[in-house]
Amino acid sequence: MNTNIAVKDKPRKNALVMFIHKMGSPPWFYDFTGKLIPWFWLIFGVLTAWGLYLGLVKAPADYLQGESFRIMYIHVPSAWMSMLIYSSMAVMGFIALVWRVRMMEILAMSSAPVGAAFTLVALVTGSLWGRPTWGTYWVWDARLTSELVLLFLYLGVMGLHNAIDEPRKAARAACLLALVGAVNLPIIHYSVKWWNTLHQGSSISITGGSNIDPSMLWPLLIMAIAVKFYYVANLLTRARVRLLEQDLRKGWVRNLVRERIK
Amino acid sequence: MNHTPFIWAAYTVGTIVFLWCALAPLARKKTAFRDIRRLIQLEERSGDSNP
Repeated sequence: MNTNIAVKDKPRKNALVMFIHKMGSPPWFYDFTGKLIPWFWLIFGVLTAWGLYLGLVKAPADYLQGESFRIMYIHVPSAWMSMLIYSSMAVMGFIALVWRVRMMEILAMSSAPVGAAFTLVALVTGSLWGRPTWGTYWVWDARLTSELVLLFLYLGVMGLHNAIDEPRKAARAACLLALVGAVNLPIIHYSVKWWNTLHQGSSISITGGSNIDPSMLWPLLIMAIAVKFYYVANLLTRARVRLLEQDLRKGWVRNLVRERIK
Repeated sequence: MNHTPFIWAAYTVGTIVFLWCALAPLARKKTAFRDIRRLIQLEERSGDSNP
């Protein structure tokens, strides 16, 4: 009788909590994400093809900027992602530092190269868009300069992580730098409001709607969703490789490789 | 001004960077698997030679 009561009173663990616990286990993470990654790549491919078709073929030319506005479909999603990835890296870095979660260290460090790639694309495509619209490839205005600082922050995080031999110490130091660098994010976002910049203000806001025509807006939103799938697929691929490299001598990695040899 | 070269350049740069960013970890994964396989083979050989 008493045993039944004990079983009844045992607190049930929330499914989400259980899932997070499981994700902390390297073999489970490796196996689970290995099944997800191809689907993320597939969704990214389909959405990108659809978004680019609508943006580059179907959308009409802009009355003011002409055809050059089509650079928006790669520039704007890349710029958004450069900030979103840094935010997520800082949050993961915070969790890694406070709760010492190894998977979070790995995910934060795997985010940095992807974020750097998006920032580089945002800067280069913005520069190529600037030449026909502003008449110059580059100006040292607040938005462009703060975005360039973001690229240097990503490179700094990657450099610091590679400079320390012990992986966990390296990750913690780099996570701290990522966290400190997050101060640049509001500066990038509000730079067009705080200072008089050549870069235009936001055309889309979550609360205030958009002043872009729907025929041009929809491809942009599709591309914005597509790049999120690219990020997750790329992040998980990189995290799996880092796990393999770090757990080189552990049983689960040995078993995995032995299965492949067979 | 003809805008087409700027559009092509932007999408070419984007494609190259994103492709490189997606393929680089796959090359690292291949190297990691090769290293681990070698390590296992070395250990198995040293285990055979030490009765």
